Amino acid sequence: METALPHDAKDDGVASEIVVAVDNVAQEFGSRTIFKDVSFNIHAGEVFVVLGGSGCGKSTLLKQMIGLLPPTRGRISVYGHDVVNETDAVRSQIGVMFQSGALFGSMNLLENIMLSLAVFTDLPLAARAEIARGKLAMVGLADAALRLPAEISGGMAKRAAIARALVLDPPILFLDEPSAGLDPITSAGLDKLILDLRDTLGATFVVVTHELQSILAISDRCIMLDREAQGMIALGQPKDLKAQSTEPVVRAFFNRETM
Amino acid sequence: MSVAAVDMRVEDGRVIFSGPLEVKSIAAVWQQAMVAAKRGPGQALNIDISECPHVDTAGATLLLAMERLHESEVNLTGADAKASALIEQMRHIIPAEMTEKQVVAAQREADKAQAGPDLMSMLETRIAFFGETVVALIALPAKMRFLRGSDFAHIADNAGLKAAPLVLMLGFLIGMILAFQSAIPMRQFGADLYVANLVAISLFRELGPLLVSVILAGRTGSAFAAELGTMKVNEEVAALTTMGIDPETMLVLPRIAAAVAVMPGLVILMDVSGLIGMGVVLMILGFPPNAIIAQILSTTGPADFLLGLSKGLVFAAAVAMIGCRAGLTAGNGPRAVGEAATSAVVGGIVATVLLDGLFAVLTYRLGL
Repeated sequence: METALPHDAKDDGVASEIVVAVDNVAQEFGSRTIFKDVSFNIHAGEVFVVLGGSGCGKSTLLKQMIGLLPPTRGRISVYGHDVVNETDAVRSQIGVMFQSGALFGSMNLLENIMLSLAVFTDLPLAARAEIARGKLAMVGLADAALRLPAEISGGMAKRAAIARALVLDPPILFLDEPSAGLDPITSAGLDKLILDLRDTLGATFVVVTHELQSILAISDRCIMLDREAQGMIALGQPKDLKAQSTEPVVRAFFNRETM
Repeated sequence: MSVAAVDMRVEDGRVIFSGPLEVKSIAAVWQQAMVAAKRGPGQALNIDISECPHVDTAGATLLLAMERLHESEVNLTGADAKASALIEQMRHIIPAEMTEKQVVAAQREADKAQAGPDLMSMLETRIAFFGETVVALIALPAKMRFLRGSDFAHIADNAGLKAAPLVLMLGFLIGMILAFQSAIPMRQFGADLYVANLVAISLFRELGPLLVSVILAGRTGSAFAAELGTMKVNEEVAALTTMGIDPETMLVLPRIAAAVAVMPGLVILMDVSGLIGMGVVLMILGFPPNAIIAQILSTTGPADFLLGLSKGLVFAAAVAMIGCRAGLTAGNGPRAVGEAATSAVVGGIVATVLLDGLFAVLTYRLGL
């Protein structure tokens, strides 16, 4: 399979429902172009990884996909809803885990997770607590339910943030650098958690990361952005990219070589 | 997204759900389901979900909560492969409910973590900080390289020049208000010209430094606390310490010096604008400027003016030190910075008033 930027084949031969469609998107800050002409589709039930070196615009692309940053050009849709103009429809379909976890410091983990249940459902308190406890149990934090974010480790905070993103069972989850700053064992645990959750919930995961081991472990397909190229330089399955790509940056990335 | 409804009915002893068992729909049946689960202890509870097209984790939680509440045998029928896999998986991970004792213990631990330090340790922190600042000041000649002139200029600009318009406006308004309020009762005794003496003495000796100090606490003390608090939360202070640069010398001393340096200028500005405000009111009341100036000069001298200035210097040092202390002793988390800023303003104002009282006693004893 040709893996170096198959532009006209942005689905990369995968045939299932398209949940996120990114169409010719560009981002500029003033006169600085971060990336341009980025197009790809994300399909239901896959773990899709956005990867690339530092400063290539991975997190910017993620912000665009979750509707926090309108793209300078192009269109992104989630389940057919435009992320810029139909924000509410998009937000009800997605859960987001931020890089730092972004848990609310004044609330314990259970309250952090119960917040959206209180806002978006009419469930009684006991039911909200029960569901939130279930979500914490799914990420292995059942015993830490009443602890404050300041009292838990970085890995636990990320797990709790995933539980919070999961609380309304959204069909798509966006995770920003889930394994950044974690030790390899915790990081591998988080990778397993992502795969388990995908299998249990059937949700689609969009993960931004540059951790090679994580990418190889979890990713069904990935897109690689590059700062020099100001755009995407590869789209496909990571093992194919690793083995077959002719693009020097892609080869260097997957084989841990210097350029 | 529209939410499809879910219904619950009981037929032949079976609890039947119809509709999607999802997080946004189950609120309608939760209570009813719990009541049904409690009914008939000792008898088997039969739950039928064959009319449910979709079960999510919240739906599975509902079914498992019913199962746990019922305590005796529960038969779940009609689940498709996906739903039963999900329910089975959740059954293994959801732990038994915490006992009352565990909840109380955990809550106590969380409260303890959230509650601030006690009075003794607060006092200890303040005294220790004061001591460390004094030590840093004594050791300063050997550490002059830690200081950066541009930092000092930037802080002085923020605390002094940028505060000048506010001081000017407040001084003018307070001068006017004081003059106007005291002119009304004094006019009854034909003593309204003495309003000039009253306002001048109170501005020079008391209100000038006091009001500037309150402004300094609100504007600059809180800014110091927020700035240093953010540095503390971001571990910048820890970075300085590990580099062998003590934060007292690099962060605290320039701030105290800048606040003390701008204080005389601000006090003079406050005094002068207050006198102008008072002059405007008295002129409206019909007194010529010459008479007003003569009254001011007859009752106040350089001693009153200098007393006000020296009080201002002490207040400024106290306010700046308290602001820096609040910032550097801030806790962790997003609340810490806000709490530090509040503590800086409250502490600054309280210290100013206490020191002012001390000055009152001192000047009385010394006959100044």
